[in-house]
This record gives sequence, structure tokens and C-alpha cells, in this order.
Amino acid sequence: MTAISDRQKVAYANAQAADGRVNLEFETQEGMTLNMGPQHPATHGTLRIVVKLDGEQVLAAEPVMGYMHRGYEKLAEVRDYPQVTTLVNRIDWLGSFANEVPFILAAEKLMEVEAPPRAQWIRTILFELSRIANISLFAGDMALHLGALTAAFYAFRDREFVLNQIESVTGGRFHPYFDRIGGLKDDLPKGWIADTKAAMVKLRDFCDEMDDLVTGNEIFEARTRGIGVIPAEVALQYGLSGANLRASGVDWDLRRDHPVGLAWDQVDWKVWTHPDGDSFARFWVRIQEIREATKIVDQLCDGLPSGPIMAKVPRIIKVPAGEAYVATENPLGEMGYYLVSKGGLGPFRLKIKTPSFNNVAVVPWVCRGVLVPDVITILASLYFILGDIDR
Amino acid sequence: MIPLSSADVDTAPEETAEVDEARQGLIELFTEELGDAVVGTHVRPGDDLWIRVTREAWRSAGFVLRDKAGHRSFEFLSAIDWLPSPFGLGKDSPTDEPKEPDTEIVTGYAGGDTRFQVFARAQSYTTKMGLTLKVDLPDDDLSIETWLPVFAGVNWHERELHEMFGIDVIGHGHLAPLYLPGAFEGHPLRKDFPLLARHVKPWPGIVDIEPMPEVPEAPAADGTDAEAAG
Repeated sequence: MTAISDRQKVAYANAQAADGRVNLEFETQEGMTLNMGPQHPATHGTLRIVVKLDGEQVLAAEPVMGYMHRGYEKLAEVRDYPQVTTLVNRIDWLGSFANEVPFILAAEKLMEVEAPPRAQWIRTILFELSRIANISLFAGDMALHLGALTAAFYAFRDREFVLNQIESVTGGRFHPYFDRIGGLKDDLPKGWIADTKAAMVKLRDFCDEMDDLVTGNEIFEARTRGIGVIPAEVALQYGLSGANLRASGVDWDLRRDHPVGLAWDQVDWKVWTHPDGDSFARFWVRIQEIREATKIVDQLCDGLPSGPIMAKVPRIIKVPAGEAYVATENPLGEMGYYLVSKGGLGPFRLKIKTPSFNNVAVVPWVCRGVLVPDVITILASLYFILGDIDR
Repeated sequence: MIPLSSADVDTAPEETAEVDEARQGLIELFTEELGDAVVGTHVRPGDDLWIRVTREAWRSAGFVLRDKAGHRSFEFLSAIDWLPSPFGLGKDSPTDEPKEPDTEIVTGYAGGDTRFQVFARAQSYTTKMGLTLKVDLPDDDLSIETWLPVFAGVNWHERELHEMFGIDVIGHGHLAPLYLPGAFEGHPLRKDFPLLARHVKPWPGIVDIEPMPEVPEAPAADGTDAEAAG
């Protein structure tokens, strides 16, 4: 073990103490500088946006993050594969199961292991349930930021139906830790399929309710239509993904266009896009995504194949040397893991490509010239999870 | 242009051999455009492609990737430190003899000659393929040209690269720390940067396998039997 100098230890302690750096200097030539955050209702966590204003108009906006940085890429290098799964669970905490899947798939690709069909189907079901849990909260949250409180209560109420289903399979409402290399930890409990289909009916009702309450609302439209327009070219330049990309009119969904072995190609569903690229389009596309996800879950529950849920894998998992990048269409967008293995017990290097990191990078571009209340609309409609930006 | 229509696109899985040809075609395109600057390639048939270029050609490789190959959707940019970690998994007991650290550098797909390797990835929405570009950085000059003219979204990725690996990005202009406090010393994702939490507080799993204090004493009280049994 190499010796650690005292200097390094002091630097570490200093760095921890300086964590609450709130007085970052922001050069001002003209106008007024306004801090939004780190604690601001529109930031979904501790993100700080420094905006330079001329009256009500934003001249420049610069996100300052790092308040949630947990160093997962470094931590993954000192953990073995099953332990890494518990870490990556906590990246996007509203759709945890969806975080596990691409990592497990990347490891499986290098090990040349394939999970049995039943495991793949249950993975897909849980993946879509995470998506519903994640995006349904977004729908309420977006309305909340624009001043409509009721929708948020509906969202929290109906999300419970999905979380209950996830909990009754995995034992965890938020952090399932259920996916294993080669399959799943357990099979579905008895009666689960009927309960899930009942929950999907409720979630479809929730979408209709959201359409009644929010989408057609005059105030909501006035505050979102034409606000924060991201053209398709800009979206591609910044590497936007997920609903943010589809709301800019780009017809791209990894579930359909880049199959990774899961069961999405076995069922009938549709990728929705919207040509406008504004905040309203991003909201609208996400509502359609919940509807499609409930359809996917319904069909997968009907056609669930029988068989084992675990492939034959060694008790101690060693992944052969190699590199693999696997990305899936997570609730927030394209989430990928670039896994470098040297044949050891843990990853040699794990690059985590998170959707929110790229999605928020467009904020300085899209916030230029808008009014202050529109910054809230744009942040809410881009929809990010801070753990997903900072990792 | 980007297809605006949604949905019912036929998504029959492509033939493996066909996709393989497409990837060989990409390699040919890069060799044609960049000549000797392409120094290594690796294909996983029907799945993925790696191309390694020289540092001088890094930005022009980016333009070839975006404009000629049509990989217009940027995904990520980061680096790999190929030095084996001198600290291992950090699960050794502090009382054990320190192991001799392995310093042999073994690089991955598409080869590599140096410790630090920058890699970036972009995908194409028309061919539905991804491509990872790699570039070696000499140890005595850890710097690379910025990709900002290629993809605007590379901005934060390059700031992260500078902060985590100490790699200078020429032409970026605003390499302020993204995650860490301004006074932080060192580059955390380098392999020789210790994960200090592990050194300040040892891995709790170690405690489980430590022998109980009474265990060595028990055979000592009855030494002859223990020897006979052994």
C-alpha cells in the first residue's frame, strides 16, 4: 500500500469542509446577478443556476453543480460487480431499476452470458414500471412549478400504485437491487400480474386526468407554448436524449432502434415525437410515454414466458478482459455504461454516461434571452435528477 | 435530414454480416480521410467499433465522425488511466504486508501506447451504429485539442476531463472545476490518486475475517494435541 502524505490528507479534509461553497464569484459587467439555488424548488435537488439579468430578461445563465457529486466512477473501481449494482441504483433515484439494467447488460456482454427469456421479460416489465414511476412524478412536478398544486398530489397518489408493485417483487420501493448478472434475484410473487394490470388501468386514468387538468389548461399553455424552444440540430449538438430529443422532432428511441436483448421488440407500441421543441412538447411527449409504457407492461404481462429466471453463472463473478458500451432508453434519456474490464473482480474503469448531464448542458443556450419565470418552466420541462447529473 | 415521422418503422434485426460490412466501411472511410493518422481499430462484429487516431488528428477525426460518417449525436467524452491501481481494491487489511504494485500498462481495444487515453463516442441515427474514438496522450504533454467546434455538448465533458484527469484541453477557454471545490488538489480519477475514505476508515468487510482474539490461544493451551492432529 502506497503511503499517503499528510498533505494529501489535509487537502482531503479541506475539500470536505469547503463543500458548501456558496460564494462563487460570478463576474458582472452589467446587469444584476441572481442566484437560483442551490436550494430552489425548481432544481430537483441542489443545483445552482447563476443568472445575469437585465431587468426581467436573462442575459446569461450558468448552472453550477457538484453539490451532489458522489464519485461513483471512482468508487466503482474499488468494488466488485454485485456491489457496483447497489451504487448505480442511486444515480437516478426515481427510476432505480432502470439504472441497474444497462450495467448488468454490459457485464453480461463481456461474460457472454445471456439471461433466460423470462428474466428478460420481467426486466423489461420492471424497467417500464420504473419509467412510469419516474415520469408520472414529472407530470405533477411540472404543473407544480407553474403554480398548479393539485396535479402534484395526483401524481404522488398514483405513483404509489406503481411503487407498490415494484416493492412487492423486489422488496424495495426506491432501490430494488434486483437485477443480477445472468438473470434476476427472484421470480414474481403470486397474483402480481393481475395487480399490475389493475395498476396500469389506474395510471392510464392518471394520464387522462393530467390531460384534463394540465395539458388543456389555458394558463399552462400560455406559460409553456413557445418557451425554451430547442431545435433538432441544437439537440443533437448537445447530445440531448430521451423525451427532450423526441420533443424536438427527432424520431429516436433506443428501445426500438438499438435492441439490447430485452423484450421491447416483442410487443406493439409507438414512439411519439413532437415537432415544436418547446416546453409544452416535452411535457406532452412524456405523458404519451406513460401511456405507451402501460401498454408495454400490459402486453408483457399477458405473454410472459415460463422457465428459469437465472442463467448459469459462477458464484464469484469475474468479467473477462474487454470493453463494452451498453445504453438503454431510461426514463430521463439515454443512459449508458462504458465498462472496461481487465478480468478482475471489479471494473477497471466505469464511465457512466447519464442522460441529465447532457440534457442540462443545454441550459445556457436555451435560457439566453428568456424572462425569469421562463427559466423555471425550462428547468422543469427539461426534467433532470441531480443525482443523474453529478453521479 | 432527421425523420420527423414517428412510430411504425419496421425494425427487423439486421443481418450480422451486413452490419459488419458497414463497420468495415466506416474504418475505410476514416483511413481514406485521415491516412496514417488511424493507428488502430477493433471491431466486435455486429455490435461495436473502436478507432484509435493520433493526437494531431483528433479534431479532424471528430469532423470526419460528424460530417462524413454521419454520427451526429454526441454521447460522451472521457479518459482512461491504464496504470494499474497501486491501491488494489482497497480491501486489504492495514496489518497485511503491502503488495508490490503492478505497474505494467495493458491497454484495451484498438491498442494504445501511453498511460492516458481519451475516448469519445457518438452515434448515428441513420445507420443506428455507435463508434468510439480513442487517442493516446504522451505522459510529458497531457493536452488535447478541444472538440467544441465539433459538438457543442462536449463543453462540460472536457471540463470534467480536465478536473478528473488533469488533462489540458487546448482552446476550451473555461476549464473551471465542475464538481470539486476550487481548492481541491489532485485529479481524482487518476489511478494513483488514493480513495482516501478507504485509508481513513478501512473497509468494514475486513473485520469479519479477522480471527477472534481467543482462537490462537486455545490450541496453545493444548499444544501437543494440536501438533498430533496436524
